[in-house]
This record gives sequence, structure tokens and C-alpha cells, in this order.
Amino acid sequence: MSATSTSTRLSATKIAAGLAAGELTSQQVTREHLERIEAVDGPVHAFLHVDADGAMAAAAESDARREAGAERGPLDGVPIAVKDVLATTGLPTTCGSKILEGWVPPYDATVVRLVKEAGLPILGKTNMDEFAMGSSTEHSAYGPTRNPWDLERIPGGSGGGSAAAVAAFMAPLALGTDTGGSIRQPGAVTGTVGVKPTYGGVSRYGLVALANSLDQVGPVTRTVADSAALHALIGGHDRRDSTSIDQPLPDLVAAARQGAAADLSGMKVGVITELSGEGWQPGVMSRFTESLALLEQAGAEVVEVSCPTFVHALATYYLILPAEASSNLAKFDAMRYGLRVLPEGVDSPSAEEVMRATRDAGFGDEVKRRIILGTYALSSGYYDAYYGTAQRVRTLISRDFEAAFGRVDVLVSPTAPTTAFKLGEKLDDPLAMYLNDLATIPANLAGVPGISLPSGLADEDGLPAGFQVLAPAMADDRLYRVGAALEAALHDRWGGPLLDKVPALEGVAR
Amino acid sequence: MPEISRDEVAHLATLARIDLSDAELDHLAPQLSVILESVASLTGVAGDDVPPTSHALPMTNVFRDDVVEPSLSAEEALAMAPQAEEQRFAVPRILGDEQ
Repeated sequence: MSATSTSTRLSATKIAAGLAAGELTSQQVTREHLERIEAVDGPVHAFLHVDADGAMAAAAESDARREAGAERGPLDGVPIAVKDVLATTGLPTTCGSKILEGWVPPYDATVVRLVKEAGLPILGKTNMDEFAMGSSTEHSAYGPTRNPWDLERIPGGSGGGSAAAVAAFMAPLALGTDTGGSIRQPGAVTGTVGVKPTYGGVSRYGLVALANSLDQVGPVTRTVADSAALHALIGGHDRRDSTSIDQPLPDLVAAARQGAAADLSGMKVGVITELSGEGWQPGVMSRFTESLALLEQAGAEVVEVSCPTFVHALATYYLILPAEASSNLAKFDAMRYGLRVLPEGVDSPSAEEVMRATRDAGFGDEVKRRIILGTYALSSGYYDAYYGTAQRVRTLISRDFEAAFGRVDVLVSPTAPTTAFKLGEKLDDPLAMYLNDLATIPANLAGVPGISLPSGLADEDGLPAGFQVLAPAMADDRLYRVGAALEAALHDRWGGPLLDKVPALEGVAR
Repeated sequence: MPEISRDEVAHLATLARIDLSDAELDHLAPQLSVILESVASLTGVAGDDVPPTSHALPMTNVFRDDVVEPSLSAEEALAMAPQAEEQRFAVPRILGDEQ
């Protein structure tokens, strides 16, 4: 079967329209995606677990509902992939870690429950850096995911599995999570769209926490409109998450529709001065500058805005994140769930000895690095110097955003400083790896929403570059308005979506 | 900010309940020093008058009504336990012989 003739090439919005018009069935669409996974996921390895039977059963139920005129919403029957950090009853949830190998949660994450209730068949669970720590998906205990644009390169991280699944047409939609860029940076390097919603705008219940004050669930898709539709589905208040915002979401789908008309008159766009210059790949910057010109042509006013403390965002993040992560990961203690390893050569080992042996065997290098770092940052005598200092700089970063959003409606930057790098290139150089999240981290620290969408292929290497839009908290609709306008202008220019140029992959040896 | 020694990393690993081998200590200690060096740039960026931010949203004490709701059964909660016994989690010995 050729990849181009099937529903796998359609956006979620088009699949939904086809289902509504009776031109497609959920069973056909779901089967074609499962076949695509079968055909190309050997080399790509976007999935840790594929649930063909469960997905086909959900698809059959969706078709029956539609036949009875009882569909549950616009996306009923459109298949989706779920990052393996979100709890799913009946499906393993490993977080890319050996310590949770084979763990099947007894409850669904709220976003998973919402997706199931809306009738979306779940194709499977996607690969990720262990406990979402990384920017390349190479820190998965189950082997890396590869970038569909070039199988020798990383798909970004931590949500490289979700981004690659969508980029390789194995799923029209996926759920991701973004703590420092784990949705947006994979989006940038795979030529896909990813959104980190406002902190508190989407429930975190059932998301295995990396850093509670930074984590956020969001959509991973191929188009801006699809992200809006999925965001609208999973967003809103949840009483099971104490940090959930008790306010209605803006109309995201309408904002995307409005943006697609490519009229941004009255919109003021701020280019963040600090997120360019040395270390930024020229091809990424060229695509960024061209995109700015397109926004201007659509009627937006583009100005430069300085956010001086953003240069400290990376260091702030790498104190706050390990501190929160080391506390969160203390629960993996070999007592109630997950791996239990007995230390070698010890008769009747104590609980503590079992804990220590299990955590050594169950955690990978990056997780150990960050737990040790977090333990250090929180230890008495250092707490003020590290964690306290970082929390005060965090305040300054939020103030920079406030001042900037007093002048402009949205802020923009390239999503990541470079295109996808080669597998293994930065694996043992944590600092080089961390630099990938330079532009995405400030939004997490301040809780504001951000989108990444493709801005084109860099001249040096022909690989995708990403354009990031940031908006004030709870103004997620602006991401969709600006994102859809830029996407429409770029598609005009390219004569179609960027992903029309991604290698077909079928026939690639496993 | 001080450099982190191999002994310190070993001590932190004990606090974090992770057995690190000698090879892992040799590997991790220099990497942690490099990371700490890079975050040292934060010193002095924010004055003491700047309040700390622990959370993106200024929220406190979110409560629900104090009513009983359905929750996991003992079987569900124990289903993934490494070891269970008499509807409880079975764990290795907690106390040493001398205690």
C-alpha cells in the first residue's frame, strides 16, 4: 500500500471531517495507522507499546456510535498516541525507565480519561527520555527513537516518540508533556507542531511528575488547527489536580480558524533579543527571519523586546528541576510497585539495601545525575545558595515576561538553536545536551504557554527548524491565531506542508 | 560555588538511596562539577529583596469537600506490588539485627 493514498497522510481535522461525512470509518483509519506503524516503526522506534486490539475495539465502538448518531465530539474515532509518562489502565506505563518495566497503572491520567471518553482509539504508548529527562530520547532505557527526516539523527526529547510518530504518519495526534521544552523542541526538529499550554490549563493528574512546578501536558500534531482541537479536548479545570486553573479555556479552535485567514492586523509581535546570536545555527535563523517577514505581511507589527534575565533561565532550570525531580523520584523505592532488586551477596537484606540496589539497577545515568544534583541543591548548607537563588531568579524571569507582555501581544524566537543532531553526539556531555532547551525553558519557569511550528528546512543540512510563539498565561488562543497565520503563509510559499518532504521510510530495513 | 568531590557524590548517593559503583562515581563526579560550575553564574543575579517563586501560579490550599469517594480497591492497589501478603505490601526487613 502506498503511504500517500491512505488516511495516514490526512490531518486529524480532515480525518474528523471524513468520518463525519461517512467517507471514512474509524476502523479503516485506525487499521491504516496500525499498518503504518507495522511498516515503519521498526527503524523509527517511536512506540514502546502498540495496542492494536484495544485500538481496533475502540474504533469499532466509535463507528457504532456514529452509525447511531451518538458520536461524542468532533474527534470521536480519530486515533491518538500517548506518551509513556501518562498513566493508562490496561497499558504499560514505563516512563522510558527500567524501574517501571511492565507497570500497568490502576487508574487513567485525566487527559487519558478525556481522550477515551471522547472516543479516540489509543494506538499505543510513545518512547521518551527516561522520566522525561533529556532532549534527544536517547536516555530511554528501551533504546532511542530516530528522526524520520534522517534515521541517524535524534528526534528531540523528551517526547521524541510522540513527535516521530506524528512526523512519520503513524498517528495524526499524540499527547506529550513539556517540562523544559519536551513537546516544543521535538516538534522543531521533526517538522511537527507542539504546544505547551499555560501551566494549570491542562490537568497533570496521572502524569508521572518530573518537576511539578514546570510539567504540563499538551498536543503533538502536524497542523496548528489539530493542536487547537486536541488542546480544547484535554484542557480545562480538574479537581484532581490542585494546580489546575478553575477558569474556562479561551476558544482555541476559533482562534486557529481566525488565524488561518492570515490576518494579523493589530497584533504586536516581540522578537526576544536574548534568544539569537552566537550558537544559533544560521539556517535556523534564516528561516526565523523569513517567518517574521511573513507575519509582517499578514499585518502584524514586529518589534524587538529584551528579556535580560532569560540568559539565566538555563542555569535556573538546572537547579529547580533536579531539586523537584529528586524529591519526586524518591517514590521509586521498590516497596509498592515497580522493580525490586535484591543486593548481591547479602543475606536477608534490609529495606534500605534493597532500595539502594533497585535504584542503582533501575535508573539510567541521566536520572542518577539529576537526582544527585537535586539532592545536593536541597541539602542543608547549600539550599539557600542553590535552590533559593534559583527561585529568586525565577521571579525575575516572570517579571521579564510581564514587562514584555505589557508591550507586545506575543513573543517569538526560534524554538531550538540547531536542527537535529546525530545520535550519540551529545549523550555524554550533559551541558551540551541542556543547551537545546535554551529558548523553551523560560516559558516553563514562568508558566506561560508556547507553540512550536515548522519554519522550513535549514540550508546547511536540509533539516526542519522550528518557530516558537509565547503568550501570556491563559492567552493560549494567541498561540493558535499567530501559529495558524504563519502556517498558512508558509504553506502558500512551500506549496503544501513541510512534511510532504519527509522521507517515506517504507522499505527501510529494520 | 564549590566544586563537588568524589566523596561528596558518594555521600549524596547514600542520601538519595542509590548504590553507585566506583566506575559510576568516577564518571559522574566530574560531570556534576561541570554542571555546578555553569549554574554558579546565578550568584548575585537576584538581590535579597526579590521574593522566591516556587510555583508559576500563586495558589494556596486548594481543598475539596470532605466526603468519601470511591477509590482503588486493595486488590487494585496491590496488583503491581513486587510482593504482597494478606492484603498488604510485603517489604524487606526495616530494622537491623541490633535494633
